[in-house]
Amino acid sequence: MLTFNDVTVQFGGLTAVDNLSFEVPEGSIYSIIGPNGAGKTTVFNCISRFYTPAKGSIKFCGDEITKYKPHQIINIGIARSFQNVELFSKMTVLENLLTGLHPKLRKNIFAISLNLPTVKRSEEDSRKKAFEVMELLKITHLADEQVSNLSFGFQKMVDIGRAIMADPKLILLDEPVAGMNPIETEKISQLILNLKNEMNYTVLLIEHDMSLVMKVSDAVTVMNFGKKISEGTPKDIQNDPVVIEAYLGEVNLHAEVK
Amino acid sequence: MILMLKQLGNKRIALGILIVCMLFYPFSVGYSSYFLTLFVITCIYVITSLSLNLLVGYGGQISVGQAGFLSVGSYSVAILSTKLGLPFLVVLPLAGIITALIGLLIGLPAVRLKGHFLAVATLGFGLSVPQIALKWDKLTGGFSGLSVTPSSLFASETQLFYFFVFLTVLIIWLINNIVKSSIGRAFIAIRDSEVAAQAIGINLSFYKTTMFVISSFFTGIAGGIYGYWVGFVSPNDFVITNSFLILAMIVVGGLASIPGSIIGALLFSIIPHFTDSYVGITNIVIGVAVVLIILFKPKGMVSMFNFKRNKSEKTKKNELLLKEEGNRGVNI
Repeated sequence: MLTFNDVTVQFGGLTAVDNLSFEVPEGSIYSIIGPNGAGKTTVFNCISRFYTPAKGSIKFCGDEITKYKPHQIINIGIARSFQNVELFSKMTVLENLLTGLHPKLRKNIFAISLNLPTVKRSEEDSRKKAFEVMELLKITHLADEQVSNLSFGFQKMVDIGRAIMADPKLILLDEPVAGMNPIETEKISQLILNLKNEMNYTVLLIEHDMSLVMKVSDAVTVMNFGKKISEGTPKDIQNDPVVIEAYLGEVNLHAEVK
Repeated sequence: MILMLKQLGNKRIALGILIVCMLFYPFSVGYSSYFLTLFVITCIYVITSLSLNLLVGYGGQISVGQAGFLSVGSYSVAILSTKLGLPFLVVLPLAGIITALIGLLIGLPAVRLKGHFLAVATLGFGLSVPQIALKWDKLTGGFSGLSVTPSSLFASETQLFYFFVFLTVLIIWLINNIVKSSIGRAFIAIRDSEVAAQAIGINLSFYKTTMFVISSFFTGIAGGIYGYWVGFVSPNDFVITNSFLILAMIVVGGLASIPGSIIGALLFSIIPHFTDSYVGITNIVIGVAVVLIILFKPKGMVSMFNFKRNKSEKTKKNELLLKEEGNRGVNI
């Protein structure tokens, strides 16, 4: 569904992503893991078109996406959540979700300023849709709460909710459980599985929490210093010495205690 | 007293009182031309501060040159009515459209400029409009200004007064609809997080210029109202101090709030009426008001009132859901 082909991203002399290739199959949960600074979020920012790769191609359903602008990406069916929760902090939960529906709403300024019945109706429909998503996330009781008053866990939920609003085909989740306690993590992992199993979304996930990654992923790519160092099912990855080395440092077989 | 303020927070009651007051205003001041002018000037500032709030409060784009748009609007009215002899009902919308076009030109660099840089750019605009009006005497009459041909539509000053009051209420309603819509949410989204706004499909450059166009359109209409009411425009009508005054109105009244803009505009239009007899007091009073508000009510005067959110069906629905959720025990 999403294909990276020899993608390289450079910032000045620094190569953040180096000849990366992978493919996310439709209807799967695909994870990208790796130590801090491995270039995972850069990969997401390439898909969101905030960065343009120096070389290589990114295809979504056969369509080259590097030609699109950041605000057009949602229209081809890719939505994302952010690592450090980029919510609209002064808005309520409901309003945040409604903005997620932006590409689908009518935007005729004359109809809107006169508040014509067509506008009222589409507003009502979008509100219904927002309540459906809140129901799914079990945050309906927070609809009128300003998001800056919510705990981090709930903010993450709203962030994910906003991504679901536009009914994308692919959802990018950037560290959805960072800073969450085990109970919250459990809820989010259930949610991610729901996204795949019940709502037929394809999910691309960046995460440091290995318990989550191992539980939900169908396939995992491991990155280090911008390169792909391993790829496979969660089981394969866990036993791959290259991966262990990347995470724990070089294994010195001749280490001595002095 | 506090109870009264809280009561005022009820939108319907506040609106009702306001409309009745406006209808009876000309009677209560004995059709005094001075008091009618005071009221119309207030209306002009209400419209202008609402448009500026759309830009600054909702959209997060600083403009320190809003009085420039007022000038453009008032000069458009003067030129179109006197030099071209166009009728009132054509001139007033045209004034808005011309100002909107200027707003588009100012909005284009705003796509790239942010924060302080945008402030300086708009400041430059606000400073240059009166200068252009002064120097381009063939079109604007230079320092002697231009007179506006009065409309034949209205038999008396009172009729014109009622029309302008009606227009002001209409514009408040239009702007209210815009900020409550998907466009308004897009503006707020841009203010709060440009990255996220883009990721959910908001075209930043389009919406930033749209913001400037909408804002300058309504400000242009306000300038037009000024031209028709006063009957004369000159380069000194709207200078940079007016721009700062309008900015102060929305800060004191409340950013990103429609009642806030109205309160701020009312306050700062009425203060000069009481203080103008003492030389120099007006600015001191306004300055002190700004400082006090920022110190004690940083969210603006509007936060003193209990303006409830639109709590109709939306919240009822939520409260019902809350009860259901309560039984299920929702927590994370």
